[in-house]
Amino acid sequence: MTPSRTAFAAILAKDLRSELRTLQSLPAMALFAVTTFVIFRFGLDRTSLSGSLAAGVLWATLLFAAVLGINRLFVAEREEGGFDAIRLAPIDRTVLFAAKVASLLVYLVALELVTVPIFAIFFLGDAAGLGPLVAVLLLADFGLAATGTLISSMAVNSRARDLLVPLVLLPLAVPLMIAATGATDPLLQAGGPSYDRFGTWLMVLGLYDLIFGLVGYAVFDFLLED
Amino acid sequence: MYGKGLRPLSIATVSMVAISLSLVFFYAPLDADQGFVQKIFYLHVPLAIVALVGFVVGGVFAVLHLRSNDRRWDAYSYVSIHISVIFGVAVLITGAIWAKASWGHWWVWDEPTLVSFLIVFLLYATYYPFRYAIEDRDRQARYASVFAVTAGAFVPLNFMAVRMAESLVHPRTFATANGGLPGEMMFTFLCSLAAMALLWTTLVKFELTAKSASGQVKRLRRALDAPVSGGSSRIAPEVS
Repeated sequence: MTPSRTAFAAILAKDLRSELRTLQSLPAMALFAVTTFVIFRFGLDRTSLSGSLAAGVLWATLLFAAVLGINRLFVAEREEGGFDAIRLAPIDRTVLFAAKVASLLVYLVALELVTVPIFAIFFLGDAAGLGPLVAVLLLADFGLAATGTLISSMAVNSRARDLLVPLVLLPLAVPLMIAATGATDPLLQAGGPSYDRFGTWLMVLGLYDLIFGLVGYAVFDFLLED
Repeated sequence: MYGKGLRPLSIATVSMVAISLSLVFFYAPLDADQGFVQKIFYLHVPLAIVALVGFVVGGVFAVLHLRSNDRRWDAYSYVSIHISVIFGVAVLITGAIWAKASWGHWWVWDEPTLVSFLIVFLLYATYYPFRYAIEDRDRQARYASVFAVTAGAFVPLNFMAVRMAESLVHPRTFATANGGLPGEMMFTFLCSLAAMALLWTTLVKFELTAKSASGQVKRLRRALDAPVSGGSSRIAPEVS
C-alpha cells in the first residue's frame, strides 16, 4: 500500500507538470481576470476604486476566473482514464481529492500573484492594504479550492459540465465571498487600511475552509465509486 | 406500499390546517405594531422552519443512502428536497408580501435572514439541473446524495456568515429577552407549525406514493413491451 504522502506528491506533481507543459488553464484565467477588470472600469464608469467597490470588483473577478480553472480541473482525469487509474492504484482514494485541492490552490495563488498587482495598478491609490490582503487571499483560496474540487468532481461526469460548475458553485461560494469582501473592504479604504472586524472575518474564512475541507474529504470516496 | 396511511395523514393535515387558520383569524390577538398584517407571520415562519428542516432531513436521508446504497433513501432525499424547495418559494413570496406591507419594500438586501434563505433556496434549486445532467442512474443517485449532504452542511454556515455581515431589521420574535410572544400568539404559532409540518409530511408521502405507482406502471409496461424496448426511462429516481 503506497503511503498517502507519496501518492499525494505524485498526483500533485503530475498536475503541475502537465499544466506547465500545456498551459491550458492559467493564462486563460489571468487574461480573463485582467479583461474583467477593464470591463468593470467601464461598467462602473470609475477609474479608481476603494473600500467596498474595490473589494467587490476584486473578489467577483477572482471568483469567476477561478470557475474557469475549476471547470477544467478533472477533465484530464476523465478523458485520459485517470479516474480508473486511481481506482486501481493501491492508494487511499481521498488522496486524489487532497492533491486536486492542492493543485487548484497553486493555480489560484499563481492567478493572484499576477492579477492582484495589476488590480492595484489599475484601481488602487496606494498598496498599503495589500500586505494583510495576502492572509485573506490564502484563506479564501483554500475554501474555494476545497469547494471547487468537490463540485468539479461531481460535474465532470455530467452532460452540461461547464454549466453545472458555476451554477452549483456560486451559491456555495457566497459565505466565502461575504467573509472575503468583509475583510477586504476596510483594507482597501481610501484613507489607508483599517482592521475593522478583520480577525472575525478571517475566522469565518477558516471555519468555511475547515467545514468544506472535511465535507469534501468525507464524501469524495463515494464520488469515485463506479 | 407507500400509500398506506396516506388517507389518515391527509385528514389530520386538513384538520390541523383548518384549526390553525381559525386560531389565526379568530383567536390570536392583533399585534400592537403591525396590526392585522402581522398574521402572515403564522404562515411565513412555519413554512420557513419546515422548509429548512426539510432540507436538513433531505441531507440525513442522503447520508443514509450513501451508507446503505438502498435507493429508497435516495427517493426520500429527492422528494424531501423537492417539497422543501416548493415551500421555499412560498416562504419567499409570503415574506415579500409581509415585507411590502410592514416595511414598504418587496425585498431588502440588508436583512441577513432573507438573504441567507434566498441563498439556500438558490442552492437547492440547482439540485434539479445538477441531478438531471448526470446520465447514469446509480451515479446520479450517488452524486445527488453527495450534493444533499454538502448543501446540508452549508445551511448553518451560510446563516452565520450572512448574519455577521449585516444589522437586523427582520423581527427576531423568539430571541427577545422577555420571551417575545404572548401565550395566545405562541399557541397559535405552534399550531400553525404543526400544521405546516403535517402538510410537508403529507406532500412528501403523497409524492413518494405517486412516484412509486408510476414506477410500477412503467415496469409493467416495459415487461409487456419487452421485445420492443421504447425510449429511455425517466431519469428521476424510481421508487420500488
